Amino acid sequence: MQEKNRGLALFTSLVFLFLLGPLIIISFTSFEPGSVLKFPPEGFSWRWYENIFEVEMFMTTFKTSMLVSLLGNLLALLLGIPAAYALSRFDFRGKGILNGIFISPVLIPGIVMGFAMLKYVIVVYDLPIYAGLLVGHTVLMLPFIIRVIASSLSNFDFAIEEAALSLGAGRLETFFKVVLPNIRSGIIAAILIAFLESFNNVDISVFMTGPGVSTLPIQMLTYVENNFDPTIAAISVLLMIFTAILMFIIERLMGLSYFTKR
Amino acid sequence: MRKTGLYLLLLPGVLFLTLFMVIPIVMTIASTFYQDGSFTIQGYLQFLTDAYFLKIMLTTLQVSLVTTIACVLIGFPAAYYISKLGPRKKGILLALAIFPLLTSSVVRSFSWMIILGKKGLLNSSLLAIGLIDKPLEILYTPTAMMIGLIHLFLPLIIITLVGVMENIDPDLLKAAESLGASKLTAFWKVIVPLSVPGLIIGSILVFVGSLTAYTTPALLGGKQRVISTFLYQNAITLNDWHLASVIATIMIVITFVVIYFMNKLATKLNPKG
Repeated sequence: MQEKNRGLALFTSLVFLFLLGPLIIISFTSFEPGSVLKFPPEGFSWRWYENIFEVEMFMTTFKTSMLVSLLGNLLALLLGIPAAYALSRFDFRGKGILNGIFISPVLIPGIVMGFAMLKYVIVVYDLPIYAGLLVGHTVLMLPFIIRVIASSLSNFDFAIEEAALSLGAGRLETFFKVVLPNIRSGIIAAILIAFLESFNNVDISVFMTGPGVSTLPIQMLTYVENNFDPTIAAISVLLMIFTAILMFIIERLMGLSYFTKR
Repeated sequence: MRKTGLYLLLLPGVLFLTLFMVIPIVMTIASTFYQDGSFTIQGYLQFLTDAYFLKIMLTTLQVSLVTTIACVLIGFPAAYYISKLGPRKKGILLALAIFPLLTSSVVRSFSWMIILGKKGLLNSSLLAIGLIDKPLEILYTPTAMMIGLIHLFLPLIIITLVGVMENIDPDLLKAAESLGASKLTAFWKVIVPLSVPGLIIGSILVFVGSLTAYTTPALLGGKQRVISTFLYQNAITLNDWHLASVIATIMIVITFVVIYFMNKLATKLNPKG
């Protein structure tokens, strides 16, 4: 048995090498002083990190990505918190269908959603590109917001709410003073998970960007098509640090068990 | 609570999704049956009779199938190993699996361009140790797409399976062994069947994910098209929105058919009934 376990341990190490190796390699190549990506790098230089700040499009698209993810998140929260509350607090007819509708943005292929949105949100509804992008990202984030918040509401004891109500507090007051503070960490985790989904999104953004408006991942894709220097490697490192920080906060707030549940 | 209050809570979200998701999707599907004002299924006929389209479809299905099988074969033993670890080690390995999952797909596909390219890490190492004498053409082939997609989805199947395996009562294994089953038999008769529902959910996620992934095939596939890059090409580069809508509809249908049948299978195979 010991033998078999050692085999499994070795196998698992190789699996993790496969998963993390490419990310480590990309990090090393970001310090290459020459203009061709190499592993191992032939020296050490911050040159490509400086280049990120010199290519104006990266800064512009970073700001767009930030703004769209943050505003979209806010919008998704405004729409999602009441819905998550209604879906986890009450039983009513049609609940299953509504649940399905709220989760469906994750079931429909992103690329299909992006195309359908281009056709209707941009062309038929004639929304400006920026607004269309924002709407697209809000749709994308809603299921994550609803799912995470609903799961923290399922751990909330609604008897506490009843108690507040029976003591004479209004529904709204109870919600803001009793329910919300109790699920605060769930809400912050929902914000971060939805933010990462939106910030990294390609499938929808690739259709919703247009002249003058683009997001960082789309700009990176365009850049890779024309250049093969270590700039993207440098951006990748910064993005990975950013991801690691957000992941650490999510872990602190609600553990990583959200990810292992399907 | 009064009914109106309940509906007021749900209305904004439902309205928003109807306007910006349901209508666009439904209208896109509906538009495939109309051309120049009359009913038609020309788009579908065109799709089903064109050798180029069928080749793209076949490549997509092949790549997705191989990716799913590879993810299951690699992910299952790894997940089993992780699920047996103590909480601390398990937590670290799970975090290490979740990290790539949260990392941008552009970053992850790009890392494989560095490795698989003509002058990439793989070729230069193989050349250096003399295993090959001219660089292998891997990048921009279906193989490159598969590698990229396995890298993309392996963490997903690992964490899904760990989630399921954690909940298998360890006493069941002990019971099987005390009744005379060997470790391996116990594994096959206890762990594997009880993991099947999780395995199927994981496989759906990987298969549907590979079938509809855009970034990885776009970066690693080169001119090699799969259905999602073909949809993009028709919509944006060729501006053939009718054909693009047909492709979009076919993708939705395939996705839902796969989810439906795999879910049926999961219910059927679930030992708990």
